[in-house]
Amino acid sequence: MKLKGAQILMKMLQEEGVDAIFGYPGGAVLDIYDALMDTDFKHILVRHEQGAVHAADGYARASGKVGVCLVTSGPGATNTVTGIASAYLDSIPIVIFTGQVPTHLIGNDAFQEVDIVGITRPCTKHNYLVKDVRNLAKTIKEAFHLARSGRPGPVLVDLPKDIINSTTTFKVPGEVRMRTYNPTYKPNIRQIQKIIDLVAKAKKPVIFSGGGVNLSKAHEELTKFARKARIPVTSSLMGLGGFPGTDELWLGMLGMHGTFRANMSITECDLLIGIGVRFDDRVTGKTDEFAPNATIVQIDIDPTSIQKNVPVSVPVVGDCRISLSMLNDLLEKLDLTGVDEKRAPWLKQIHDWKSTTPLAYKQGDTIKPQYVIDTLYELTGGEAIITTEVGQNQMWAAQYYHYKEPGQFISSGGLGVMGFGLPAAIGAQVGAPGKTVVDIAGDGSIQMNIQELATAVQYKLPVKVAILNNGFLGMVRQWQELFYQGRYSFTKFEHMPDFVKLAEAYGATGLRATKPEEVKKVLKLGLETEGPVIMDFVVEQEEGVYPMVPAGAPIKKMLLV
Amino acid sequence: MDEQRHLLSILVDNEPGVLSRITGLFSGRGYNIDSLSVAETVEPHVSRITMVTHGSPGIIEQIKKQLNKLINVIKVTDLTGMHYVLREMALIKVNAKTEHRAEILRITDIFRGQVVDVGIDHFTVKVTGDPEKIEAVINLLKPMGIREIARTGCVALPRENGNSH
Ligand SMILES: Cc1ncc(C[n+]2csc(CCOP(=O)(O)OP(=O)(O)O)c2C)c(N)n1
Repeated sequence: MKLKGAQILMKMLQEEGVDAIFGYPGGAVLDIYDALMDTDFKHILVRHEQGAVHAADGYARASGKVGVCLVTSGPGATNTVTGIASAYLDSIPIVIFTGQVPTHLIGNDAFQEVDIVGITRPCTKHNYLVKDVRNLAKTIKEAFHLARSGRPGPVLVDLPKDIINSTTTFKVPGEVRMRTYNPTYKPNIRQIQKIIDLVAKAKKPVIFSGGGVNLSKAHEELTKFARKARIPVTSSLMGLGGFPGTDELWLGMLGMHGTFRANMSITECDLLIGIGVRFDDRVTGKTDEFAPNATIVQIDIDPTSIQKNVPVSVPVVGDCRISLSMLNDLLEKLDLTGVDEKRAPWLKQIHDWKSTTPLAYKQGDTIKPQYVIDTLYELTGGEAIITTEVGQNQMWAAQYYHYKEPGQFISSGGLGVMGFGLPAAIGAQVGAPGKTVVDIAGDGSIQMNIQELATAVQYKLPVKVAILNNGFLGMVRQWQELFYQGRYSFTKFEHMPDFVKLAEAYGATGLRATKPEEVKKVLKLGLETEGPVIMDFVVEQEEGVYPMVPAGAPIKKMLLV
Repeated sequence: MDEQRHLLSILVDNEPGVLSRITGLFSGRGYNIDSLSVAETVEPHVSRITMVTHGSPGIIEQIKKQLNKLINVIKVTDLTGMHYVLREMALIKVNAKTEHRAEILRITDIFRGQVVDVGIDHFTVKVTGDPEKIEAVINLLKPMGIREIARTGCVALPRENGNSH
C-alpha cells in the first residue's frame, strides 16, 4: 500500500491504540492536520502548546495510556519544552510530534525553524528527526515503545514537511527490537530474598514508595505487602495514591512538607525500603542525616536512580509491581506469627507522633485553605481526580486530600510547573470521562495557563478549579517570611483579575466564597454544576504550609506551625 | 571522596547527534571529559568512543549508568583495572634552529617518533604512546619552543584473555 507520510502517521497512531491527540496546527503540520480530518481521533484543540503537553501528561496519568501531542515547527515546538521537561522529570509516557521545515531547508535558519531535537535532547527519554519517509513507521513504533516501557518518559518525533508529503509503501512494522535498549523488569530473586530476610529481622521498618509504584500500578501489591508484614508506608509527592491514604499504616507524605510522623519514622527506622523513588532532595533534606540508623533497600527499574543520592545496602533493579509480587510470594513462606506484637511498640510510637503533632489548622474568621481541601475531600468521598498547580496549593492538596489509587493525584512533581493543573485536569478528564476532576490552584499559577478554560468549555469537559486565592505567590512569600525577614519582594499581586467574571467570559461558571460558612455551599454547587467551573476561595493571605523542613536541613528539624 | 581517573570504551550507534547526546550528558550533569576520540568500528553502523574521565567513585558509577541509559549507547566498558592496550598520538610543531636540530632528532628517535614535516626553522614531530610518554616528549621539546600541538586523545582496546602479549 502506497501512502503519504501524513497518512502513515495516522495509521501508526491507530496501530498504537491512540484515541486522543492534544494539538495545535501551523504551517509545518498542515498536511498532518489535513490527514487528521479523515480519521476518528478525538483531537483536542488547546489554546497554547504548553497546555497540549500538560494535557497529554494528565491524560496519560489518568488513563494509563501514552499521551499524544501534535504541534507545528518553531514556536509551536518551543512552547512544548516546559511540558516535556515536566513529563521527563515525572517519567510520564508522552509522544510529541513536532512539525519541521523541509529537510533541504534544515540548518538555513528557515522561517519557523528550530533545532527542537537539540533543544529537547536533555529533557526527553529519546528523540528523533525523521529524514526518510521509509523510516517513519518504524520510528513512530519505537517512539511509543520507548515512551511506555522501562522507566516511561516523553519521546519527541520531529517531522520535516517534505517527509510528511512524500509517499512510500506502508507496512505495519513488526515488534520493536533495539539492541541498545532492554529494560530489566524481573529483579534478581536473591536480592528479593535479602529484603525478606531484613524484613524478618527489622524492629522499625518503613516503606517509602514513589512515583514508580504509581507508574507500574503496583498499589495492590504494595498494600498487600505492607499489611501482611505490618510495615508503615510513607511516600513522596509522586507516590501519593500508591497506598491508601486512609489506612492505619499510612504515615502521610515525607520530606520538606511531610508529616511529623513520616519524617520522624524515617529518622528512627532501622529498615527503609524505597520502592520507585529517586531520593530527591525535597524528600531527603540533608542526606547525611537521612535515615541514619537504617539499612536502606532501593527497588527501581532505572539503575541510574539507585545509589544516586543516598548509599544503598540492597540495590534491586526491576519493575516495582513485579518486585513487590515476588516479595509477596516469598512473604507467604515466612513465618509471621507474632508479627503484630513485634511491631506493636513501633506502631505505637508512630501513633504517638501522630497524636502529639498531627497536621492541623484552626478555622477562624477567614477561610483556611486547608479547610477548603478538607471539605472537598468530604464532598467527593475521596473519589475525585485531583490535579494541582504549584506552591502552597499543591502541598495542601497533598496533605489534606487522601488518595487511594494511582492516577488520582496529578501534579508536576519534579519540575514544579506553575500552570500545570488546569491543562492536566483537561487531559485527565479526557482520559477518565466519568470522573470528577478538580484542579486545586493558586491565584498565581492559574493565570499561567488560564486560556485552557476555553478548551474545557469548547469540549464540554466539566473540570472544576478551586483557586485558593491568597493574593500572593504564597509559597515564595512563605520563604520570604521565614528566611528573608518578611521582605516580600514582588510576591504580592497588586492587581488581580475577577476570577468569577473571567470564568463567565470564557463561558464557564464562576463562584466565589469569602467566608468560612460559604465554603461548603460553593464547593457543593461547583461540583454539581454542569460544565467547567471556577471556584474562587478568598483565603487567609499569610497562611503557611507546615511542617516545613528548611532546604538542606535534616528532615527531623521541622518548623511546626 | 577521592577522585579517580577512568578509561571508558563506549560502543554507540553511528548516527548523527549521538556524540552530542554523550557530550550533552556530561556538560548537563557536570561530569568531566579529559579526552575523547571517536571513529567507526568494523561494523559501519557502530562507532567506538574512547573517553578518559575523572570523578569520585559515586560519580564514575553514575557516568557509566547514565551512558548505558542513553538509547544510542550499545555497550560501556570500563577498561580501568583491566588489561588493555592504550595509545595516543601527538603532532608537535617545534622551532628548529640550526643549533637544536640534532637534539630534536635525537629526542624524536629516543621516543621512536618520526619527523613528518620539515621546514627551514621548524620540525613537526609525530609521537605515539601512552599520555605520559607524550607528556615527556613535550616537556623535552619545550625549551626549543613549541609552536603548536595536536593530540588525538587516547584510544584503547582490552587485551584478549590469555593469548595477548
Ligand atoms: C513556571 C514557574 N515559575 C515560577 C515558579 C516559582 N514558584 C514556585 S511556587 C510559586 C508561587 C505560586 O503561587 P500561587 O500559584 O499563587 O500558589 P500558592 O503558593 O499561593 O498556593 C512560584 C512563583 C514555578 N514553580 N513555576
